Parts: sequence; C-alpha cells; structure tokens
Amino acid sequence: MDGAIEAINLTKYYGKILAVDNISFEVERGEVFGFLGPNGAGKTTAIRLLTGQMKPSSGSAIVAGFDMTREPIKAKRLIGVVPEVSNLYDELSAWDNLIFAAQLYGVPRGARGMRAKELLEFIGLYDRREDRVGNLSKGMRRRLTIAAALIHEPSILFLDEPTSGLDVESARAIRGLIRELNGRGTTVFLTTHYIEEADHLCDRIAIIDRGRIVAKDKPEGLKSRVEGRTAFDISFGPRGGPVDGLAALDHVKEVSKLGEVFRVYVGDVTGFLQALADFARGNGLEITSINTVKPSLEDAFVRITGLSPEVMRVEKEPARRGDVGYSSH
Amino acid sequence: MIRLAEQFRRSLAISEKNIKIYYSKGPVIVFGLLFPLFLALAYIVGRSISLREVLPGLMGMTTFFTATSVGPSIIPWETRSKTLERLLCCPVALWAIILGDVLSSFLFGLLISIIPITFALILNVGLLNFVVLLFGMIIASMCFSALSVLLSAYPPTDIPATSMMLSSLVKFPLVFISGVFVPIEQLPSWGQYVASLSPLTYFTDLARQLISGRSFYPMAINFVMMSVFAAIFIFAAIRIHERTLIKRLT
Repeated sequence: MDGAIEAINLTKYYGKILAVDNISFEVERGEVFGFLGPNGAGKTTAIRLLTGQMKPSSGSAIVAGFDMTREPIKAKRLIGVVPEVSNLYDELSAWDNLIFAAQLYGVPRGARGMRAKELLEFIGLYDRREDRVGNLSKGMRRRLTIAAALIHEPSILFLDEPTSGLDVESARAIRGLIRELNGRGTTVFLTTHYIEEADHLCDRIAIIDRGRIVAKDKPEGLKSRVEGRTAFDISFGPRGGPVDGLAALDHVKEVSKLGEVFRVYVGDVTGFLQALADFARGNGLEITSINTVKPSLEDAFVRITGLSPEVMRVEKEPARRGDVGYSSH
Repeated sequence: MIRLAEQFRRSLAISEKNIKIYYSKGPVIVFGLLFPLFLALAYIVGRSISLREVLPGLMGMTTFFTATSVGPSIIPWETRSKTLERLLCCPVALWAIILGDVLSSFLFGLLISIIPITFALILNVGLLNFVVLLFGMIIASMCFSALSVLLSAYPPTDIPATSMMLSSLVKFPLVFISGVFVPIEQLPSWGQYVASLSPLTYFTDLARQLISGRSFYPMAINFVMMSVFAAIFIFAAIRIHERTLIKRLT
C-alpha cells in the first residue's frame, strides 16, 4: 500500500452499541484528511482504532504499512497521536514531559535533549520549559501535547479535535502549526466538529454520522453537491410589517434566520426577486441588503446528513481531567 | 530479545516517571508510611516481648504495606488524568506499562523496608544471614507490589481512593492471617491452612527463621512460594488489565 492510512470495513461495538459502522477509506501520504461529524458520531472511537488504543470488533486498519491489530508496536513507532484532551503529566515540567515521551518512543539518549529543545522552540515554549505543565494555559498545553507527539518525528500525525474548547487565538495557532507540519511532509489525520476548520485545513473530508461515513470528498467536491440551489442573505430595515410571510413567497424553497439576516433558498431567481420586491412594498419593508450566497461546506453538511448545523456547535461536556467530578465505572 | 530489552527500557522509564509523580501523593504517604508506622507502634508499644520476637512481624508488615502502597493508585490515577491514553498511544506493550508500575511500587517497598533491617543491625539483634534476608525482601517486595497492581485491575475505577480502599479490604485480612502477630506454628490447623494462602506468610516465616532461628516452612519453600505468587500476580494483573482497559478508555 502506498497510502499512509487504510481502514478496511472497520467496525467497533461497545457491548450492543455500534460506535463505528463498517467504515473504509484511504489517506494518501502528505495529505490532510479530516473526519467531520457531530459529537458522538464515532470520530474518537475511529481514531482510537486507527492508533491501536482499541481493537476493532471487525475489519482492520493499516497504518504506515503495518496492520494495527497484528503489529501495533511497529505501527505506533511511526505515528504521533494528539488526543482530544491534552494528557501530559501536570506534575512534570514541559521539558520532563518531552523527555519522557522521547524515552517511550525509543529516541536515542543523545538526541532526546536536542529534539525537545527544537520542538519547544517550534511551539514557542522554550522559555517555559521548566514550568510544570499544570501551570500552563490550555492553549500552551495543547501545543505541548502536539510537540510530545512529534518527538520521534512521525510521518503520520493523528489529532483528535485539535482546537476543541480553545480560545480563538490558540485555535488559530494550532491550525497554523498543523499547516506547517503538513508543509514539511507530515500526513495529518484529524477529527473535528468545526465545519469551518475542516473546510480550511483538510485536503479531503469524510463526513461521519452515527458511526458511518456518509460522504467523502474534497471540500469543493462536497460543496458542489449543493450547487444549483441559489441562496440570498436578506436584511430588512427596522420599519415596516412582519416578515413572516417570506417563506410563503413564490419560488422560495427554504428560509432560515441567521441573526438579523434571513437566508432564503430559491428556485427561479428572477421570479423570486420580483415576488420579494412586491412583498417588501406591500408590507412597507425596507430591504437594507441582499447578497448572493455561495454554497458553503455547512450547506453541504446539512444537505448530506440532514442534521442541523447547530448540532455541530454543541461542545462536549467538560472532559474528565484533573479534579472535575468523577464517577467509578 | 532486542524487542524485549527495548520494552524493558520503557518499563524503566515508566517506573522513573511514577517515582517522580506518585511517591509524594497523599494516599501513598498515608497508606505506605504513616499507616504501617502507627500499626507498628501499636504492635510494639506496651508489650513485654523482645525485639527479636517483634522484628519478623514488623518487617513483614512494613514490607507488605509499603510495597502495596503505590501500585493500587497508579492506573486509576492515569485513567483519571487521561495519561493512560498517552501511554497506550506509544509503542509500549501493556505488559511493559504494568511492569513499570510494579517496579516503582517495588522500589518504594524495598527502600522503606530497609529501615527495620538497619534498625536490627544497629541494635545488634543478631541477624543469622543478612544477605538472605535482603534477597527475601527483594522477592517479597516484588510479589507484594505485583499484588497491588493486580488489585487496581478490578473494578476499573478512575478514583484512586476507591482502589486504595478496596485494596485495603484485601490487605488487612492478609496481615492478620499471615503470622505477623502470631507465629504460624501457634495457629490452629485451619489457621495454618488459611495462612498458607497468603504470600505474606512466607516472608514473615523467612524473616522469623533468619532472626529467631525458628520457622514453620523450610527456607526453600518460602522462596519458591513467594516467587510463584509473584509470577501469578504479574500474569493475572496483565490479563485483567487487558480485559478492563476498554472500560477505562470509554
């Protein structure tokens, strides 16, 4: 296999619950491949199967040329994994965490310090190397977790929800880091529930819903599936009557409200514009703006999955880390 | 062979990490140092028995409590902080992770257990064979630390205190049936049978033999039984942790 990752009919049951349902796909070397789906869609389970943390109920994962079930140690030597929750040792310093990671990946003793220094400089945390990880900010911990996954210079990097829960600035820094790594030739497999993130970062995206891959293509390819549906974003001024009748106009297929803006999907553009003008005049409404909308990945996602984009904006409950409330199993 | 050596080096790295992180944790200090200290004081103070009589039980208790104080909490702690997931992502076999935990628990037990031996040497109690006793202590510490890691395997909790409490439920009865307070030969026959099921019995008996010159089992039996128990505990710990791992990740 020339590809970096190949999943063949990968399936995972937790008891009677089907978490990953017979998924198959390939990731080429040097590609950024994304799993896009709402929380609970099976993304984390899929990444755990691909990285050998769990064994599949059936099917197989070939990673870096090795079957993850049969030769997990060989495969794990060639990959880096950044889990959803930054899981470094809070009690150890940034430096000690990287050295420990280097030991686990079998980096030669003489190269460990140099590699740790390079990575800390790369993520901009060299000055904080002696700080305990527990004292670093969430964004810094995330960057350090990525550095720990890169300590052995893996050819494939797995990132589970890399920017989930981060502030805008930290998220942007992480995306920049991912682009830079990919630019250096690292194959990137990431999961995300942020549609925009998938759109901007990924060469190809697989949309996953309820454990199944429902679509797989380049972002532009996915968007092209909803072309042919013209949409307008329309804003009205404060004066005039109610705009409830908008959905009932001729040629209108669908209306959604995005803040103060109405997104209207239409069939015949000319017919709709005439009907809109009549509607506004008849109700004393002032049209303050009207813009044509190109189909977005969100539109494609909604069309393909039938899910509301709101589902994708729901963040997971706080991850179980540190002293948050816990329960026994 | 190279792969085994490679995995063993990773076990040592894990053990070193455990030493840095877990030795100073509150429950380890309480269960591994304070508790055996107070139990030992309660055992010694006010009793009109010679040091030679007291020392075997004291050594057994110290080695047992200290070697089992770190192990039960490591994997629950790592589950809770998600660092177990980190270890599982790395090219480290599960047995190497378990062995790393056993080694860190073993070292803690061994280091603290040196204290009563030193005490015996300073007070010139008259150890019959210091080297044999030290060797026995090494095997016993390994055996007890393997037991402690086994005790953390089920239930697969992420609450260290739960694991500590449950392991105490096993540890305390063992102390009372293992000839720590009453020599095995003075127990009724059913008591002697029950005592034979405890790994601590064999270390206490060995210590008694090397300090006061009398024992219930031949020395070879004591060594063999401690080694057999250690092998069973390590094997069982790996198998049960393997089975419960998925519950820790989900």
